[in-house]
Amino acid sequence: MTYLTKPKLHHPALKRNDIGFTRRDYEGAVSTLCAGCGHDSISASIVQACFELSIEPHRVAKLSGIGCSSKAPTYFLGDSHGFNTVHGRMPSVLTGANLANRELIYMGVSGDGDSASIGLGQFAHLMRRGVNMTYIVMNNGVYGLTKGQFSATADKGSVAKRGAVNNDAGIDLASLAIIMGASFVARSFSGDKGQLTPLIKAAMSHPGAAILDVVSPCVAFNNHAGSTKSYDFVRDHNAAVNRLDLIVGAEPMEADVPPGGMIEVPQVDGSNLRLRRITPDYDPSDKAGALGFIQEKAALGEVATGLLYLEPLPRDLHGALNTIPTPLNQLAEQDLCPGQAALDAINASLR
Amino acid sequence: MRATDITDPNYFHKVVDCQWACPAHTPVPEYIRLIAHGRYSDAYMINWKSNVFPGILGRTCDRPCEPACRRTRVEDETVVGARKEPVAICRLKRVAADFKDDVSGLMPRAPEVSNGRKIACIGAGPASLTVARDLAVMGYEVTLFDQNPQLGGMIRTQIPHFRLPVSVIDEEMDYITSVGNIAFKQREVDSLKAVLAEDWDAIFVGTGAPRGRDLAIPGRDAAAANIHIGIDWLSSVSFGHVDTVGKKVIVLGGGNTAMDCCRTARRLGGETVKVIVRSGFEEMKASPWEKDDAMAEDIPILNFMTPKAFHVEDGRLVGMTFETVRAEYDEKGRRSLVPTGDPDPYVECDDVLVAIGQENAFPWIERDIGLEFDARWDMPVVDRVTLQSTHPKVFFGGDAAFGPENIIWAAAHGHDAAISIHKLLEGEDLKDRPAPLMDVVSQKMGIHEWSYDNDIRVDPRFKVPHRALEESLANLSAEVELGFDPVLAFKEAQRCLNCDIQTVFAPKLCIECDACVDICPMDSITFADNGEEQDLRLRLTAPALNADQDLYIGEGLPTGRVMVKDEDVCLHCGLCAERCPTGAWDMRKYFIEMTHAGQA
Repeated sequence: MTYLTKPKLHHPALKRNDIGFTRRDYEGAVSTLCAGCGHDSISASIVQACFELSIEPHRVAKLSGIGCSSKAPTYFLGDSHGFNTVHGRMPSVLTGANLANRELIYMGVSGDGDSASIGLGQFAHLMRRGVNMTYIVMNNGVYGLTKGQFSATADKGSVAKRGAVNNDAGIDLASLAIIMGASFVARSFSGDKGQLTPLIKAAMSHPGAAILDVVSPCVAFNNHAGSTKSYDFVRDHNAAVNRLDLIVGAEPMEADVPPGGMIEVPQVDGSNLRLRRITPDYDPSDKAGALGFIQEKAALGEVATGLLYLEPLPRDLHGALNTIPTPLNQLAEQDLCPGQAALDAINASLR
Repeated sequence: MRATDITDPNYFHKVVDCQWACPAHTPVPEYIRLIAHGRYSDAYMINWKSNVFPGILGRTCDRPCEPACRRTRVEDETVVGARKEPVAICRLKRVAADFKDDVSGLMPRAPEVSNGRKIACIGAGPASLTVARDLAVMGYEVTLFDQNPQLGGMIRTQIPHFRLPVSVIDEEMDYITSVGNIAFKQREVDSLKAVLAEDWDAIFVGTGAPRGRDLAIPGRDAAAANIHIGIDWLSSVSFGHVDTVGKKVIVLGGGNTAMDCCRTARRLGGETVKVIVRSGFEEMKASPWEKDDAMAEDIPILNFMTPKAFHVEDGRLVGMTFETVRAEYDEKGRRSLVPTGDPDPYVECDDVLVAIGQENAFPWIERDIGLEFDARWDMPVVDRVTLQSTHPKVFFGGDAAFGPENIIWAAAHGHDAAISIHKLLEGEDLKDRPAPLMDVVSQKMGIHEWSYDNDIRVDPRFKVPHRALEESLANLSAEVELGFDPVLAFKEAQRCLNCDIQTVFAPKLCIECDACVDICPMDSITFADNGEEQDLRLRLTAPALNADQDLYIGEGLPTGRVMVKDEDVCLHCGLCAERCPTGAWDMRKYFIEMTHAGQA
């Protein structure tokens, strides 16, 4: 860890966004994670994304479970709401918070242990309910806090730092999320902010359950030859399907379409998601195709990254429950508890 | 861009902005750290070696280092709570001089047996004294000639004692003469030919710019008794020949001499002292702090007024008229002062001090001795690097070489001339200059411990305490600036960013995890595809628009990208190295010191 606080001085040309904040205003405390941890890069990408989206920090709620990844919310968005929940239980606390106050922007931060082992059930149900949130998995394939045992996302056949070989099948959280009904599923790599930051922006703008599985190398325990979650391995085996630019507002597409072509996906809020194709003919709205593509790449030992699946017109939990637009926490007592007469009427309707 | 060659001593030297800007290249951050540690004697000796007159310069230097200070580029008004200000480098130098122990034992001594070579220095000011010190240490026998009875030159004659006490001058003159083999003779040299005919192996001319410019306007002759040339008048005050001045005084001129004149006049009985300059206030040549100090003594500075005439009544000066002007600039940016047409202001006065510039004067150098003079300026032709004139045995330095500059330039010239003289007499090529000495040491003490204080302070610049105004004005030799006490000195020293502790990058170790990019508070680091400098400068995390500051390029990364660090606003906080998992970044102290005569 670093003992110093980051100096308050900043580059003299540091920009301000539309609401007057600099990128530095979105930072948190200095990280106590190991030097070189991929999680810190993801934190930096979240900072950059929130700055670029001109999000007011007090409108964000960041929730996490337990683990290295779940410590990370301390290191970004220092002026936002935060909740460090029980191990693997971030999804249920977040769901509750979202039901109580639908106006906040929810970000769940979790790791491969927190999401794929103890919290796998909660992970699956959050996706199928379509809670409007951004679920970021900082996925390094090992238990860093307990010194590097394989986690449930470690690929079968990958080798631990001390030489042990993983015999169990790895859980692919991206595929699982697609199957479970997430409406925005992406994968990225902490070492590629050019791809990661726009994906975070798109996920935070997505009105439904958005998951970002971010491969985030553990420099201390999983960055060696034989690991499939190391900087070198991911760089050498990264099969990016597309690059993403988020266009806020319905601006027309620029004339210079890149060689691979473009896909433009209109969003309910009027903004456009613009995808620059890298893999020809990859259609992120084709659920079965997406699952097949991920499997094909995995069979080749490659990691499919980019926006893998997107349901253009998603419905979230509030839509399914038909809750009123006003956040529940803003309703007065007589609205929330309308009295005996109302209860009697409900009971009568069920007889 | 090509990978940066960090073995080139100039590369990291340039990053130490203050040291690079100093004519003598004094290792500033090194001595400031020593001051913070309370090691005043060591801080003094680093200065003494480099600039010869730490106590004197710590009060009088023109401080080319301070405008260069990185803090003027990185401070943020809202964070610091005051305007961007450099570290008070000059006044910290004085701290080293004020609080040092007895340093006489640390001073070098001339060898017991001289090398038999005899050098004459004409003029006993800062340039000659530097030559004498550097050469005497090597066994040369050096003789200094001056028209005044004591060593020091303009240091002693032109700087008022309320800025520079005599005791400080005497002490630092003693350190030089106590080296040994240095003789001083009061002698007004009136012929270089005659000196050349004497038995000298080389001659150094350090006679300064001794002639104050006069003002030929109507009334000048009639009022002569009350019109004084600034530097001559200061010299007379310094030697006690003048101890009074009229109640109403006009000082003409906007340089530091004018500031010394007006403040001296306030102490000799001047009640209404005004400084009147032709240019605008902002364009004045005087250092900003000297203007501040003058105005603090109730001396107004009136600008855009060109002297027109002296007025005499009953044979006595009574006032001056001026013409009001304004500045106009042509398309090349050249300024001309154009009359505004307003009525000419009249200013009453009893005495006028003329401080409108200084000139070189070499009536004592014959023009037929093989020493070439520039036809246009009537200045000797002197090599900028070797300081040799066209006469191989004659060298020039200080103001005598290229016109009026300041003490720190004189010291720098002195060092260079001493190198040249030694090379000449050794039969070596004078153009072959010695490379600076460079020492590179990692500052890593533990996983997150460094042997320097890397926590960045956001304190605004601390002010040097001053003596109370009434007390100052009542005593001509009472020093106005009281200097930092050790507590203030420590606080001010902590503002230094340690720019000599360099960020050194080893591409072979880098895994491109971005930890340094993420932690850098100044957005100085980028990993990018290589390109031409102009293109690369615009593609960085923060565009590098200050072309005076280099980009540090590291090549040989796994992805084929390059590491680009913009040196411009780096705080040298070392967080890149703290967050680096592989030790690809290291903080290393580059101690760079100019090589003086005989060290190569």
